[in-house]
Amino acid sequence: MKTNPLITRRKALITGLAPVGGLLLSSCSKKLPPTYGNILRIGDTLTYAAHRALLPGQSLAREYSHKDITSFPAIGTTNPGDPNKRPKPSETYRRLQSGSFADWRLSIEGLVTRPGSYSLPDLKRFPSRTQITRHTCEEGWSAIGEWTGVPLSRVLDAAGILPTARFISFHSYDDWADSIDLLDALHPQTLIAYGMNGRDLPVPHGAPVRLRVETQLGYKSMKYLQRILVRDEFDDGGEKGNIQNGWSWYAGI
Amino acid sequence: MAELPQPSAQTGTTGHTRWVKISHWIVTLSFLTLAFSGFVILMAHPRLYWGEVGNNLTPALFELPISRNHQHGGWEESVPFFQDAASPVSANRTYQIFNENGWGRSLHFLAAWFLVVPGAVYLLAGIFTGHFRRHLVPGAGELTPRLIGQDLKSHLRLRIRAATGGPHYGLLQKCAYCGVVFLALPLAVVSGLAMSPTIAAAYPFLSGIFGGFQSARTVHFFASVVLVLFLLVHIMMIIKSGFKRQMRAMTFGKIT
Repeated sequence: MKTNPLITRRKALITGLAPVGGLLLSSCSKKLPPTYGNILRIGDTLTYAAHRALLPGQSLAREYSHKDITSFPAIGTTNPGDPNKRPKPSETYRRLQSGSFADWRLSIEGLVTRPGSYSLPDLKRFPSRTQITRHTCEEGWSAIGEWTGVPLSRVLDAAGILPTARFISFHSYDDWADSIDLLDALHPQTLIAYGMNGRDLPVPHGAPVRLRVETQLGYKSMKYLQRILVRDEFDDGGEKGNIQNGWSWYAGI
Repeated sequence: MAELPQPSAQTGTTGHTRWVKISHWIVTLSFLTLAFSGFVILMAHPRLYWGEVGNNLTPALFELPISRNHQHGGWEESVPFFQDAASPVSANRTYQIFNENGWGRSLHFLAAWFLVVPGAVYLLAGIFTGHFRRHLVPGAGELTPRLIGQDLKSHLRLRIRAATGGPHYGLLQKCAYCGVVFLALPLAVVSGLAMSPTIAAAYPFLSGIFGGFQSARTVHFFASVVLVLFLLVHIMMIIKSGFKRQMRAMTFGKIT
């Protein structure tokens, strides 16, 4: 396993974990994602709260060896710029793809001291992490792949995440919006991945970069990352988010 | 020790204690919901595997003929990841599958809370009140080939004892209840937990005891099949032994 030591996450962890602890204080109102009056969401929230309260902090998901890598289906959006994509293709993505993503930028906004955008070479200049992990799809199948990228915590650290931050939101070129809490965002295996199985991340798997959240189901590892937003309150992503599309926000199950 | 009711003079049964009745019905409702939502979840990908990994691009242990529309379309040509001939591949799915897993899984886990929490209370109560020792676990003298053979024969001839409305239970009845309480239900819960990415990261041995995520999923499936079969036999035996009396005994009725 090729793993560069993670050195300066400590500051991010300390500023990050303090608000996570706040999640569990029952005296604080609105610390958990809302249930939207839907009885199913009560179970989701209960599972989320139980995981955060009962499980040890940031356990690493199992990592495998190179020979364990398996075939890997690409589902959902396999090319946001595809003219046949429903409801509509992303012209921006098509333009970026035709330029080999040279003009692509990942913007980081919200509760950070240094908002800005990162090009692919910018992201590759960060110390990288390579991990061979199991992707677990909510449908029931699984696959093992090797991911190379920069730990999200490093990018958040570089952007100067503020102590009031509690959730990290993501937006994608195929029109999804999602978010994770700081415990998962600062998890050492949570990557902004630009490489898969030793090559550039292929388009069907989310080129140029995708998120890897190894402690949750596959759908939380958003493909085709466009924008990262650091927030102090829960954001369900509206009609582009999990909840309004019938999916649990927390998929650590 | 909880106080047990006095045995009925006519039938010798002590009836069901209130905590047994309450946990019986909570677990029943939870199980029915789990079986239904579990089926819905399985319909999205009715292929089962052994080991850590399994998907549409790898061979299955077997595939269930439910909801074949998960593969009604095709896959784009596969692209190898590596140079060698045996390289794993990537392929794009070209269609949207039937997938009701959003609400299905949320309902599954909501119902699971009602199995796990009352189930844990039931197990503790069963141990500390002596319910398991007195009523559920077959005594040392009971488990002889002769007695097992006798009970098996009378069951196969469908000669079922008339309902007493509570313990003491017959030998095969005890074995079936023990199998459900101590084996099938715990196995379903543990294999279910082993499938959770967060719990598997925290406690990797959970997935390890099954030999991988997909093995845990397959074990989970078979545990649920065994439980559904138990439920069918359980209902059949209740009907054969006197439905009204059994239902009264497990609900609000007094034992007579």
